[in-house]
Amino acid sequence: MKFIKIAGALAAMVIATGTASAQGAKPTDPQIAHIAYTAGQLDIDAAKQALAKSKNKEVRAFAQDMQRDHKAVNDKALALVKKLKVTPEDNDTSKALAKQAKEKRDELAKLSGAAFDKAYIENEVAYHKAVNGALEKTLIPSASNAELKELLQTGLKIFQGHEQHAEQVAAKLK
Amino acid sequence: MCGLTARMFGALVLVHAAGSARAETIQVKIENLAFVPAEITVHAGDTIQWTNADIVAHTATARNGGFDVMIPVKGKASIVVKVTGTLDYYCKFHPNMVGKVVVVGK
Repeated sequence: MKFIKIAGALAAMVIATGTASAQGAKPTDPQIAHIAYTAGQLDIDAAKQALAKSKNKEVRAFAQDMQRDHKAVNDKALALVKKLKVTPEDNDTSKALAKQAKEKRDELAKLSGAAFDKAYIENEVAYHKAVNGALEKTLIPSASNAELKELLQTGLKIFQGHEQHAEQVAAKLK
Repeated sequence: MCGLTARMFGALVLVHAAGSARAETIQVKIENLAFVPAEITVHAGDTIQWTNADIVAHTATARNGGFDVMIPVKGKASIVVKVTGTLDYYCKFHPNMVGKVVVVGK
């Protein structure tokens, strides 16, 4: 359900971008930076919830990996926007992502034990899939600054690793 | 002339002896989510050293459980290979990163 919603928000962005690009517009670098940073921060929040609720060793290790990696990428992103004197700009895609992530956190808050672990990891698979798709199809091609584009490309490889890692953990929970 | 030849021969033997007896350290760089080179051939007794140039930590984890080390950001980690054979390895944090070590006898 979450996947459908997130995919929906990101697909809406792709469509909006597609329409806009016909008129010569696309998401700007300040918007792209905001979306990428927000997506990372939301996964850190999800990891914090998992660390507060889960007792499963694999799930906890995965959540710690997410917290560490997404913080590392976001720290780089912050340093880069500062260097480039770019102010990340809030936008509808960031807002939709944040809204849906909050809904998911509220939904997961009601679960515990194995049910929570399964729901958290399945959402991590879906979330990374959706974000990676958006990076690949929209954010990376739209980025105009070369350093921003490069950081997004590195981020994509890291997050593709997370997607595979989440799939492995999900398979073990079944 | 004779003395020179003997000395040269002696030196050659020395070089050869050192070449086969001294274990080497083989370097593998980690950059942009990849082990470089992805495949290496080493001798039993050699050391493999990974150097991580990425912004996130990685592991070098053998699929058969033969080794498992973490390489911190801007850090290094090494192992000594003892048994001959082919070892496929990956990063536990980013399983899209894979490498191979072929260990041959001395």
